[in-house]
Amino acid sequence: MATKLLIEAIRDGLAEAMDQDERVMIIGEDVGRRGGVFRVTEGLMDTYGEMRVVDSPLAESLIVGVAIGAAANGMLPVAEIQFLDFIPPAMDQLMSEAAKLRYRSNGDWDCPIVIRTPYGGGIHGALYHSQSIEAVFTHIPGLKVVAPIDPADAKGLLTSAIYDPDPVIFLEHKKGYRSIRGEVPDNGHTVPIGKARIAREGSDLTIISYGMYLQESLAAADAYVEEHGGSIEVIDLRSLKPLDSDAILESVMKTGKALIVHEANMFGGIGGEIAAIIAEHAFAYLDGPVTRLASPDVPAMPFSPPLEQAFVRDKNDIRAAIEKLAAF
Amino acid sequence: MQTETHAGADLNLDTLLSLYRGMLSIRKIEEALVRLYQLGHIPGACHTYIGQEAIATGVCAHLRQDDVVFSTHRGHGHAVAKGVPPEEVIGELLGRMTGCSRGRGGSMHLFSPEVGLMGTTGIVGPNLLQSTGAALSFQLLRLDRVSVCFFGDGAVNNGAFHEAINMAAIWDLPVLFVCENNMYATEVPFAYATRNTDVVARAASYGVASQDVDGNDVVAVFNASAQAVDHVRGGRGPYLVECRTYRTRPHAEGMRDVGYRTQDEVSQWKQRDPIAALRTALYNDAMATEEQLSAIEERVTATVDAARETAESSPFPDPSTATSHIFSE
Repeated sequence: MATKLLIEAIRDGLAEAMDQDERVMIIGEDVGRRGGVFRVTEGLMDTYGEMRVVDSPLAESLIVGVAIGAAANGMLPVAEIQFLDFIPPAMDQLMSEAAKLRYRSNGDWDCPIVIRTPYGGGIHGALYHSQSIEAVFTHIPGLKVVAPIDPADAKGLLTSAIYDPDPVIFLEHKKGYRSIRGEVPDNGHTVPIGKARIAREGSDLTIISYGMYLQESLAAADAYVEEHGGSIEVIDLRSLKPLDSDAILESVMKTGKALIVHEANMFGGIGGEIAAIIAEHAFAYLDGPVTRLASPDVPAMPFSPPLEQAFVRDKNDIRAAIEKLAAF
Repeated sequence: MQTETHAGADLNLDTLLSLYRGMLSIRKIEEALVRLYQLGHIPGACHTYIGQEAIATGVCAHLRQDDVVFSTHRGHGHAVAKGVPPEEVIGELLGRMTGCSRGRGGSMHLFSPEVGLMGTTGIVGPNLLQSTGAALSFQLLRLDRVSVCFFGDGAVNNGAFHEAINMAAIWDLPVLFVCENNMYATEVPFAYATRNTDVVARAASYGVASQDVDGNDVVAVFNASAQAVDHVRGGRGPYLVECRTYRTRPHAEGMRDVGYRTQDEVSQWKQRDPIAALRTALYNDAMATEEQLSAIEERVTATVDAARETAESSPFPDPSTATSHIFSE
């Protein structure tokens, strides 16, 4: 056990898998010599060679298509899309191919690929380097989507994703890379895909979140409890698809109040799905309206600092939402 | 414009008869599918390979079972040539349990990894990228297997072609690109869709070895593929073969085949039928008798008839399985 940054935990997970299994390979833009634009894959080409850490041409559909073909023929590819914002050219490969291979081949084909990609705001990346479009992928049957923020979770989920026989979109919050630190087990650590984590225990109100907004939610819960007392539970979803409905329902049945917080925009987001699950299965337990706090429905995060601030939901916004819901 | 198959040039009779049998099997299966479509027994699309049989047959003759083929929406011929049994192809189009994907995919989703058929596909382009990925895995795992991608002239104008051939070139990947240039992307002429209709020139511009052949001459395709597969398997990088050919049926069964090509053009290409050309060559070179070739035809017909009967008597899948195989179970 050692304390590591989120980015170090992910790099460790990759190196450990490559050490243990020759089938694991990496492909993406700048992942080799440069070690990735955020340097997640730094040093891996030196250790494992340019055959297993492939600097690909600048073509996202190529990266995913090659990963699918390699996966169908014995490899366990980990593809990197440099920013989640750059993934649309690969959508055909992800949506029409990776997500459907098993189904349309009646189970003849596995598609054990991982698509690692940094997402989210917080580094002033503006429109094309800040998006949280995870709901696009959770809508597609056949894809798994995870978004760990705790370093140990990131390493454990990455290991699970690499060995998962189905395609996994592995979302890495770019602001979290060097700002989130935690204890990370050394070897053989896995976290099951599809299981949430109770990040903070409580009994009066449940916050359901993931990614950097989980950090803001924890800070908001601390601030609220310090001032008003009471007890707030915070769930870190970690996996967005499959979604851990049991953990969500168990918590909401206990607290009677649910606040869903995410960085992605509101309409058609994960929050709507969670709200529907709660409404369908825990209606009689509710003491207040299921509440969502999410980014505004504008095309992308704007650049100028005041505009960016208008887009972002921080711990003060979350705290205000807690106060309103707690008082209901 | 003449297809003249020179049978006796350098191939022995067994090989020639095997090519004849291979092309005829595809033809008879496609003709059975056309009839089944016309009777309303195929509940969806059916793109036949009639006229292009020499290509799948000539290329796949050089492949081992552990080599892989990535196919197109016009892929029945590739499936058959790679070894998918006829009843599995016909059954799949009928949506039956005997289909190679148990009726789940239909015409454009024939899968049979056990014989190296990595799938026909309803979307033009993705297979080029996946075949390149398969080749990358063979290189990484140090296997002497070959990845083959069939695609049409339409795919050549898709970004996937350029991304794949470029990647294959820089890594010297063991992939054989087989362009079946049948002159139309659905109904848009290749010459209308691009300024340079020379696909071989595009390969050269990426530094990839290539040659073009008469795609209706099975001996020419066989010989070109021998060289191409040898090049690829020998670790000398990718190779592209452009086969100039023609589909004599409409783009898909049930489509009116008018307005974009003339009956005269279709008739001229029917004169270049690859199966008739080989048959004529075998007579002319006095290598086979009418009786021998008719006996082969009778056997192929009987096999396809039996396959059709098996497929037609096979049950439909259980509706409750519609939600299975979404994730691993």
